[in-house]
Amino acid sequence: MAIPISYNIRNLKLRKGLTIMTALGIALTVTTAVFLMALLAGLKKAFMASGDPVNVLVMRKGSTAELSGGFDANLFPTLRTLPGIAKDAQGDPIASGEWVVVVVLPRKDGTGEVNVSVRGLMPAGLTLRPNARLVEGRWFTPGQREIVVGNSIHKRFSGANVGDTMDFAKGQWKVVGVFDSGGTAYDSELWGDVNQIAADFDRQGGFASAYLRATDPVAADALKHRVSDDQRLKLEGTLETEYYEKQTSSGGPIKFIGTFVAIIMAIGSSFAAMNTMYAAVAYRSKEIATLRIIGFSRPSILASFVIEALLLSLLGAIVGIVLILPFNGMSTGIGNQLTFSETVFSLHLTWGVALAAVIFAMVMGLLGGFAPAWHAARQDILTSLRA
Amino acid sequence: MTLTRFVTKSAFRNKRRSLLTVLSITFSLLLLTLMMTIWHSFYLDKGSTQSALRLITRHRVSLTESMPVYYREKMRTVPGVVAVAPTQWFGGLYKDDKPDNFFAQFGTDPAEIFKVQTDFKIPDDQLAAWQRDQAGCVVDSELAKKYGWKIGDRIVIKGTIFPVDPELTIRGIFTAPQPTITVYFNYKYVEEAVPFAKGHAGTFNILADSPENVPKIAAAIDAMFHNSPEPTKTETEKAFQLGFINSLGNVKAFILSICFAVVFATLLVSANTMAMSIRERTREVAVLKTLGFTRQSILGLYVSEAITVALVGGFLGCLLAIGLVSAMAKAPGMGFFFLGMKVTIPTFLLAIFVAGMVGFLSAILPAYHAAKLDIVEGLRHIG
Repeated sequence: MAIPISYNIRNLKLRKGLTIMTALGIALTVTTAVFLMALLAGLKKAFMASGDPVNVLVMRKGSTAELSGGFDANLFPTLRTLPGIAKDAQGDPIASGEWVVVVVLPRKDGTGEVNVSVRGLMPAGLTLRPNARLVEGRWFTPGQREIVVGNSIHKRFSGANVGDTMDFAKGQWKVVGVFDSGGTAYDSELWGDVNQIAADFDRQGGFASAYLRATDPVAADALKHRVSDDQRLKLEGTLETEYYEKQTSSGGPIKFIGTFVAIIMAIGSSFAAMNTMYAAVAYRSKEIATLRIIGFSRPSILASFVIEALLLSLLGAIVGIVLILPFNGMSTGIGNQLTFSETVFSLHLTWGVALAAVIFAMVMGLLGGFAPAWHAARQDILTSLRA
Repeated sequence: MTLTRFVTKSAFRNKRRSLLTVLSITFSLLLLTLMMTIWHSFYLDKGSTQSALRLITRHRVSLTESMPVYYREKMRTVPGVVAVAPTQWFGGLYKDDKPDNFFAQFGTDPAEIFKVQTDFKIPDDQLAAWQRDQAGCVVDSELAKKYGWKIGDRIVIKGTIFPVDPELTIRGIFTAPQPTITVYFNYKYVEEAVPFAKGHAGTFNILADSPENVPKIAAAIDAMFHNSPEPTKTETEKAFQLGFINSLGNVKAFILSICFAVVFATLLVSANTMAMSIRERTREVAVLKTLGFTRQSILGLYVSEAITVALVGGFLGCLLAIGLVSAMAKAPGMGFFFLGMKVTIPTFLLAIFVAGMVGFLSAILPAYHAAKLDIVEGLRHIG
């Protein structure tokens, strides 16, 4: 017969101080782990949402990022007329030749300078990114030294408000608008006219990339292969979604350090939990002997103590998750290895992360609780009663 | 029995508990030492004396823009400049794009790069051989060891930024004070194959004659190109590297918050143990008092007991950290950030001090309660 769980709960309540301190220790470990997992979840969200499944990104063969290299502008008209590209209201194909360059901007809080991507695009570039909406001002006018800033840039950098001027490349640029693309990687970019950007960065006569908007996802896939297979072009097509999925790898260092930190802290916390459970067993050795005499079997005592350790760690997990709640949605930047600039993303506490945290805590509880529970179950009844 | 013996005896009287506490503190301190070491090497380490003499000039707009290579001749005219070598990040792939096969390739001028990188050692004949062969390269000795490269071997790098795949013959192997995971080759190779690369340099590595001249040189160079279409930014080698770390995101806050969580968690663990162990000994405290021990000495006894346990844990943690850091510093595939990192003596002492403080703080409250205990109450206590 199993020992009722209420017995364990009462015991945990009885030694409040010990329970709270151990649970807090586990909670801190959980908080650290949740923090890192939520960062990764936020990062993934920012990159995953950036890609549109019907957009095809075209770059020179061998290029791994929009930043590296470019192709001749003469190829663009050929790309534009490929079958499968959606047409806009005027009947023109929705295709945009673009440049991405990097400039250095000072952070608002004065903690140094950050690399930021500047994207030069054609008017069609705005059409093929429908989730980028203006929140303030207007879009840039082709032929003018005007830029619109992504929302994250607007929030994190000084001088990124409508009416401000920014100084980079060959002179000053007027900020005419702020756009929001729903927390995607685009929010960390500055957008301007492709010809102006190319001229300022001495990149006339070519494009770093071209974006083609297909009529539907199936056409996008066909378009991608058509571009890659055309031997004259020497270009390569990628689905925009695939391109951004690859960029989530910039979370690699966080993932590595995060896993490492979480594991080491978890080992430390398991030892602490073990200590607490051993003490719990020691305090109750007479009680355990009594339970045995009443007729509870060894397995049920083992189970009971393991459950108690699990309850303890569950409490820790809940506290740990609650501790992280105030930080949910907090945004931070990360250096992106592919674009060589900062991408801003926010801490994103998902149900998956919470579940993972609970499992993580349970594993700690199990590691810490099993040995003491085993010890409790193996105790000799007579010696315990005499103690 | 001396007091020290009494303290150590009591600290380890419940062996299992002390062991678990020590282990718990060990792992926390391992992490703390690691974080402090990273902090130290990123933000406090000033670099070697040779490194302090070097400056790096990049395009003011960003590192991804290049400068005309003729800037080099102008830079030479700045007083205090000893040597200037242009370098261009090639960013190619070796074998595949796995992080484990990542290393740096720079196109440069074989005639001058080793005059700037004075702390890189290469045999004269190997250097001369490299200078004669335009399709040659020199490789870091650690990198050569990793891939088993020998002089005369050919390596093929697949270009990503530049549409060319250089086939390079290893002409020399250089040793740096700390691993650099770098291959240097003649930039002419790329210039001849890729028209748009001609006449450009990504960065200039500059050697100054004295540390006092370093800031003057930086200011003079940036002033020289201030109004040109390609303005520059010149900074010390260390500042340049720090720029990379800052671009990763808010590393400082990240490290600090981990340190804080670790210290606080350790404090909880240690306090827990001390509370348990002192409560168990309520009667013993009463006996000690009957024997004439004062409140202060009882307080002292328990606090030193906790400090002893914490110090043992802290010491073990530091030792583990030293081992781990030296393993990480050598491991290829970890990128540039951990190269040449080591636990310094101040970091070590600070970590031990933190451990001691944790022990002290964790014991102060339960020990205070014990010291205040009423003798009769204590003797009556059943524990």
